[in-house]
Amino acid sequence: MKQLIVISSAIILTLTSFTFNNGGKLPSATVKNLDGTSINSNTFSNDGKPMIISFWATWCKPCKKELDAINEEYAELQKETGVKLIAISIDDARSSGKVVTDVKSKGWTYEVYIDENQDFKRAMNVNNVPHTFLIDGKGEIVWSHNSYAEGDEEILFENVKKLVKGEKISH
Amino acid sequence: MVYSQSKYYLALLGLVLSINLKSQSFKEDPGAIHGNFQFDGAYYQKDSAIGADPGSELFRYNAFGNITYTRGGFSAGGRFESYNPPLLGFLSGYKGSGVPYRFARYAHKDIDITVGNYYEQFGSGIVFRAYENRGLLYDNAMDGMRVIFRPKNGITLKGVIGKQRTYFSLSPGTVRGIDGEVNVMELFDSTLGKLKTKVIIGGNFVSKYQQDQDPTLVLPENVAAGSGRFTVIRGGFNFNAEYAFKANDPSYQNHYSYRDGHALIASTSYATNGFSFLLSGKMIDNMSFRSDRNATNTIDMINYLPDFSKFHTYSLMAYYPYATQPNGEIGGSAEIQYKVKKGTWLGGKYGMDITLNGSMFFGTDTTGIPVIKDTANHYKYTTNYGSVGDEYYHDFNIEITKKFTKKLKMTLMYANQFLNQSIVQFNTLDKEEHPDIHSNIGVIDLTWRYKSNSAIRFEGQGYFASYDYKDKKIDPVTNEKNIIGNTGSWVSALVEWTPSTHWSITVADQYNYNNPDITKRVHYYYGMLAYISGPTRISISYGRQRQGIFCAGGVCRFVPASNGLSLSISSSF
Repeated sequence: MKQLIVISSAIILTLTSFTFNNGGKLPSATVKNLDGTSINSNTFSNDGKPMIISFWATWCKPCKKELDAINEEYAELQKETGVKLIAISIDDARSSGKVVTDVKSKGWTYEVYIDENQDFKRAMNVNNVPHTFLIDGKGEIVWSHNSYAEGDEEILFENVKKLVKGEKISH
Repeated sequence: MVYSQSKYYLALLGLVLSINLKSQSFKEDPGAIHGNFQFDGAYYQKDSAIGADPGSELFRYNAFGNITYTRGGFSAGGRFESYNPPLLGFLSGYKGSGVPYRFARYAHKDIDITVGNYYEQFGSGIVFRAYENRGLLYDNAMDGMRVIFRPKNGITLKGVIGKQRTYFSLSPGTVRGIDGEVNVMELFDSTLGKLKTKVIIGGNFVSKYQQDQDPTLVLPENVAAGSGRFTVIRGGFNFNAEYAFKANDPSYQNHYSYRDGHALIASTSYATNGFSFLLSGKMIDNMSFRSDRNATNTIDMINYLPDFSKFHTYSLMAYYPYATQPNGEIGGSAEIQYKVKKGTWLGGKYGMDITLNGSMFFGTDTTGIPVIKDTANHYKYTTNYGSVGDEYYHDFNIEITKKFTKKLKMTLMYANQFLNQSIVQFNTLDKEEHPDIHSNIGVIDLTWRYKSNSAIRFEGQGYFASYDYKDKKIDPVTNEKNIIGNTGSWVSALVEWTPSTHWSITVADQYNYNNPDITKRVHYYYGMLAYISGPTRISISYGRQRQGIFCAGGVCRFVPASNGLSLSISSSF
């Protein structure tokens, strides 16, 4: 009986979550940049232009695939829309030393932060990486996506472009 | 005990909310409610071919849901968890349901206060780290109070006190600690801000209290530990180190030795566009630190001793993983990453990534002290820091990733690994049941993106092992060649089809083709269908799961073989 309740509530929650809009501002959590300086996540901004926040880890293959795929078009997309990508690594002391070496050797030009004890991940309700959020010029979370499949980056690019033009974004 | 505390907590939360609700500003900004949840359930079946026996409880699940209310600097929330009973391979102590995590937090300018549950770490965590890994069901959240104070830019002070979560209850011990960190560049921003060298220093003191109820031993009730750390960053160079000390702390894990504990970890790296180098090393001696001296598994761990071996994602590369040995270990790892430039002969149109990685770990070189000479101190052994003990593990591997065309990508990987399984996973010297394992592992991973949002991925793996029983090569009873704990070699294949970005279909087979026991040469077939939309992922899978070892927080747990139908749902809002 208990099991039935848990399963049915999980299903109900899933169905309702489809209708939920993400909404809301960025929560407050402390992350560190690659110089070791602490930054509060609620101060992330991009001068009224959209931001992408992508949670990843050095040990997560799909995360790196996604960030590589975005990187190929990033310079062009930035020129066109002014978007900025903030990559949040959830690596802990086991692999946090690898964040800077991965970022540099892959040639990523993203703004990178380390969320070593996953406080920001928790505040953003991220279950698993990769998880990517789109934030509009007013700092509202307007879209999010969990996991990565080939082609997901194109949906993200389209949504960024729609956001800049003020069109409704697709889910 | 947890539940009576919950009542106080709810009363406090109600008070805060009612004050909020009456205020004018609340009507303008009512705050926001967010959360997430995950459900993983399985219906198991008995499968004698792979030795899977789920017992009488065939349906098992792990489920949790978080709900957080946020308004300005105030937030409060909780997590409901349910395991009736937990999935196979997870600690059975979690059986049950409840709200083991609930908190209220207020952060404003330079002060940040949390009451209830919280996660926190000091430095790299080798003295104190309260954290969660929901997938592994690791959770040593603190239950008490935390204050973070930033009196000036560049200075962070933290204070924690409370008890750690133990399944659905609390640890018998209490943990309290303070930590300070100074970011020199940030502190003197106006005068030194333009300096190219960044220096961060920090230190902490942590103590635990647990009553001595032992009738024979005089156990220390208060145990102190502390560490100092520093980081230096200049240009592409990065260096950081942390040294930790722990006072005498006899426990089940260290066989009730009264020696002090020490740990030193250090790493240095250099990174520039397209090239990087990373070197990490550590020495650990008697550094298991738990709030309950009798605890085992991943329960009541106060500190976190990171493992520097490569975190493998291909299943056969991680067949026999390594885990930090808190009782004693010396080792390190090195990694070089190089991106062959686009337009070169090797790099082709898209470039090529090469990663070389190696790690080696040894035991500490110890000498036992005869009991008769140890009656006053109970040290049990001494450590000779000038040399190392037996080899525990090594992993030398190379990974090459290349994109040939816009549609075709390939990853090739090779590893040579060694595992001293008896010590690392079973804490025994018995090579008869747990032989040393030498292995060579190869992986090929091909992705063909035949349309912009459709792809097929193929993964082939081979695990070729030899098992070394040392002087226990022949079974003394049957007089035959010993094959206990020998699963021979494996090959596996996997095809993953993502017809659109919403759907994915996976079929896989792992074949234990040359198990020395002919009846165990079986196929582990597996299939999965997944649907993804925005933050929601739903998957259904069916098939066999081989037995394996999963490691978290420096402790490995054994996951038995299983066969069954699984359902997973996760989402956030």
